[in-house]
Amino acid sequence: MRTFVQSGAVSLIQSWRIQRRVIWALVLREILTRYGRHNIGFLWLFVEPMLYTVAVTALWTASRSVHGTNLPIVAFAVTGYSSVLLWRNMPGRCVKALEPNLSLLYHRNVRPIDIYLSRLMLEAGGATTSFVMLVLFFHFIGWLDFPEDVLKVAGGWCMIAWFGASLGLFIGSLSESSETIEKLWHPAAYILFPLSGAAFIVDALPREAQHFILMLPMVHGVELLREGYFGSRIVAHYDVTYMALFNTTLTLLGLAQTAKVSRIVVPE
Amino acid sequence: MIRLTGVNKVYPTRAGPVNILKDVNLTVESGERVGILGRNGAGKSTLIRLVSGAELPTRGLVERGMSVSWPLAFGGAFQGSLTGLDNLRFICRIYGANPDDKIAFVQEFSELGIYLGEPVKSYSSGMRARLAFAISMIIEFDCFLIDEVIAVGDARFHEKCGHELFEKRGDRAMVIVSHDGSYIRNHCTRAAVLSGGELHHFEKMEDAFSFYYEEAALAA
Repeated sequence: MRTFVQSGAVSLIQSWRIQRRVIWALVLREILTRYGRHNIGFLWLFVEPMLYTVAVTALWTASRSVHGTNLPIVAFAVTGYSSVLLWRNMPGRCVKALEPNLSLLYHRNVRPIDIYLSRLMLEAGGATTSFVMLVLFFHFIGWLDFPEDVLKVAGGWCMIAWFGASLGLFIGSLSESSETIEKLWHPAAYILFPLSGAAFIVDALPREAQHFILMLPMVHGVELLREGYFGSRIVAHYDVTYMALFNTTLTLLGLAQTAKVSRIVVPE
Repeated sequence: MIRLTGVNKVYPTRAGPVNILKDVNLTVESGERVGILGRNGAGKSTLIRLVSGAELPTRGLVERGMSVSWPLAFGGAFQGSLTGLDNLRFICRIYGANPDDKIAFVQEFSELGIYLGEPVKSYSSGMRARLAFAISMIIEFDCFLIDEVIAVGDARFHEKCGHELFEKRGDRAMVIVSHDGSYIRNHCTRAAVLSGGELHHFEKMEDAFSFYYEEAALAA
C-alpha cells in the first residue's frame, strides 16, 4: 500500500502526466466545492448557462429584438448568448482565483497555472455542453434548424473559447498583483457584451461602425460561428488571422503574468 | 540529497522589502534528521516552504534529489465544505495514489469513524489535526518536512503520531523546524539555528542549543 513519490528530477513526459493529474484533481474539487452533492449537483455546471440563454432567448423573442436581419430569432439568440457566456465566464472565474486555493499551493505540484487551467476547462466545458444541449433541445421542439456547416460552427466556437481562455489567464493572473483589475473587469465585461456581436450581425452595421467593431476579437469568432450556422443566409465579416494573432498575444501575456505570479505567491 | 545554495527570500512590505532569509545554505543527506531552531518570526516556516518547493526563492538554488513531502502539520489545507474523504481523495489524486487503499488507514488512524464522510467545517480542531496527520501519512516520501505544530491532539494521539513518523519511518530523512529545543533534541541527529535571517550550522548538537538559548536570553 506504500506509494512512493518520484524524486526530484522529472522528465517532460512525467511533468505532463503530473500536470494532467493535478488539473483533473482540481476540476473535481472545484465541482464539489461549487455545486456540492445536493439536488442536481454538478449538472448546474451547464444548467445554469442554459437557464441564462433560455431567458435571454425568451426576452429577445418577446421584444422582437432588432438585430438587422430576418434570421430566426431563437437560433440567433442561442448562438449569440452562448458565445458571450463562453468568453465572459472564463475571465470571471479566473479573477482572484488563487486566494481560495492558496492552501493547495503547499503541494509543490499544484501551481497557479493549474488552478487557472482547471477553472478554464470547467467553464469552457459548461458553456459548450449548454450550447449543444440547447441546440438539440430547440431542434427537438422544432424552434431551430441544425447548423449548415457544423465544422465551421465548431471552428468559431474554438476561437471564442481560445479568446476567453487567454483573456481569463491574463486577467486572472493580473488580478493577483492589482486590485484595480478586479474592479475594472466587471464594468468592462458589462460594456463588452453589447459590442461583442452577440446581439447583431456586423453586416447590418454602417460601414464606419463595422471597422471599429471588428477591432474586438470576439466579434470575428461570433461572425464565423454564425456563418457556419446560417450559411448563405448571412454575409459574415471576420478575419481568423487577426483573431488568432490577438489570441496568441493574449495567451503569451497571460502565461508570462502567471509565471510572474508563481514566483511571488505565498501559500497560506 | 537536498541542497540549498545561497538562498534568499525577500518579501515586500509597506515599509519596503524585507530580507527574511539571507544566503542560506543547507544540505540534507538521505536518512539524516535535521532540526532547525528559531524563535517566532525567524523565518522557519518560510524556509521549510522553500525546501518543499511550495514557494520559490528570490535568489539562490534549491535542489531536491529525493522525494520531499509537503510541509506536514499545517492544519488548514482543507476545504471546509468538503468532507474528510473528499480531502483524502484530492491528496491521493495529486500524488497519483489510489485512495481506496488509504481510506481504511485514515479512518482507523484519525479515529474519525463515520465523521470522515462529514464536511470538515463541522470538525473540532482536534479532529482536523488528526485528519491532517493521518492524510499526511498516506503518501510515502524519502524526506519529510515537519513544522513544529505537529504536537497536536492529546498526549495519546501525540504518541501515536510520534510512533508512525519517527519509528515506522525512522529510515527517512527529515527536516524539523521548531522553537522547542527538546522536540528537536529528541528527534534529530543535527541541529541548526535560524536567527536574523541567517542559518547557523554547528558541529555538535549541544553547541546549537547553547547558541539558541543564549540568544533567547539576550533577547529577553
